[in-house]
Amino acid sequence: MPNAQSLQEAGPGLSVRDLSFHYGAKTALGAVSFDVAPGTFCALLGPNGAGKSTLVSLLTRLLVAPQGEISVAGANLRRFPRKALGQLGVVFQQPTLDLSLTVRQNMTYFAALHGLPRNEVSGRIDAALDRLNMRERAEEKVRALNGGHRRRMELARALLHDPSVLLLDEPTVGLDAAARQSITRHVHDLAVQGLCVLWATHLTDEVHDDDQLLVLHQGRVLASGQTGDLRGQHALSDWFLSQTGVSA
Amino acid sequence: MRGFWGVARAIIGREFLRFIHQRERFLAALVRPMVWLLIFAAGFRAALGLSIIPPYQTYITYETYIVPGLCAMVLLFNGMQSSLSLVYDREMGSMRLLLTSSFPRWWLLFCRLLGSTAISILQVYTFLALAALFGIVLPLPGYVAVLPGLVLGGLMLGALGLVLSSFIKQLENFAGVMNFVIFPMFFLSSALYPLWKMAESSPLLRDICALNPFTHVVELIRFLLYLQINWSALLWVLIWTVILSTIAVWGYDPARGLMKRKS
Repeated sequence: MPNAQSLQEAGPGLSVRDLSFHYGAKTALGAVSFDVAPGTFCALLGPNGAGKSTLVSLLTRLLVAPQGEISVAGANLRRFPRKALGQLGVVFQQPTLDLSLTVRQNMTYFAALHGLPRNEVSGRIDAALDRLNMRERAEEKVRALNGGHRRRMELARALLHDPSVLLLDEPTVGLDAAARQSITRHVHDLAVQGLCVLWATHLTDEVHDDDQLLVLHQGRVLASGQTGDLRGQHALSDWFLSQTGVSA
Repeated sequence: MRGFWGVARAIIGREFLRFIHQRERFLAALVRPMVWLLIFAAGFRAALGLSIIPPYQTYITYETYIVPGLCAMVLLFNGMQSSLSLVYDREMGSMRLLLTSSFPRWWLLFCRLLGSTAISILQVYTFLALAALFGIVLPLPGYVAVLPGLVLGGLMLGALGLVLSSFIKQLENFAGVMNFVIFPMFFLSSALYPLWKMAESSPLLRDICALNPFTHVVELIRFLLYLQINWSALLWVLIWTVILSTIAVWGYDPARGLMKRKS
């Protein structure tokens, strides 16, 4: 009979168990474990250098940790990388667009990288762009888009293959207040619709009280729980600074 | 399998689109061998006497001699250009998109290699057409027979580019590394002078040239252009393609490779 932990590892969301990673002698992540259920917006909050980008690299298999396990929508990333990566949508901190191609060409390229059937691609792209009010931009070169539109396009692209888990690494960096708010709200809505979301950030105003919160500091999970419960009567930014001891 | 071909089509198509958008790159790829052919070869024609050596059955002009070497040079430069664009992609982030595809990484790298090889071959044929316009015409069936050699040579030099891109950490380091690769590979080969000529001045240099994998690419192309197969060159190019491809796949392996050091 399977134990509680193995059942949890095979769950449909995102599961990380005992994940450690080192760059030479330097520990980037030490025994990190957490779960994010479907329909949950989980904010991964940490100051610069906390290990967020390393965690994202491990979750996307750009790096492989010698120790620990990652499951995406029930698929173990080490043993079934194709299945796991097929269930993962990613928006990286650094833009990953080809500026010389149009929005549609960028998305078509991505669709092929994920093996989507050719006869479905065009319809999926239209639908994904519609959801983010970007349809009229489909034939424009990405170079002509502003930062907010580029980010929305990347988000639309990350959802093109209907992933179960959406991973975003500081997706609002460099955006103006309106674009930040729009993207943050949209991704929260996606979680309400059933998507499992992991949102890495160091900006506390992007996190809502009913979001799951995971505080990462110096490669370790410092706190985990519902944001409102964790912060208590304090403003989240104050509570976060008191936890990490990092001044703004 | 359909998904695999779809990925191949997308990656190769993207390489072509990128190439079309870089007209200067296409121009440079043509100007470089033409300068060698029309200026360098004209100057050295008198200085370098050539005897009849296989695959040639008669005396040839120096311009005719260096055409296969210049074809290989186009492959070499394009392989390095592809390496540069891989380093650029890594710095700009688009490499992440490729490597997080749900398809096996070796297949993604192989498709990238195929794309850069296809572009190399397009450039080589354009160069051969230009050379023909200037009167350097090779046996007509040779233009078709050389294709497999160009594919294999392009894959080998493209794989070398992949290996280098996994070693080079930053774009700024690229020029330095290239100087240590392109120039020794090109000059220490049979591209510009036959190996017996090199042996006259230094047997050691001749041995180094004979070991240089680029020499084998040049000789493979040279023989195929004259409808012959240089089996030794073919074997060496095959061996080097396998070795370099294996190192490239290792270099891009997320668990063991060199990506770990710089991510």
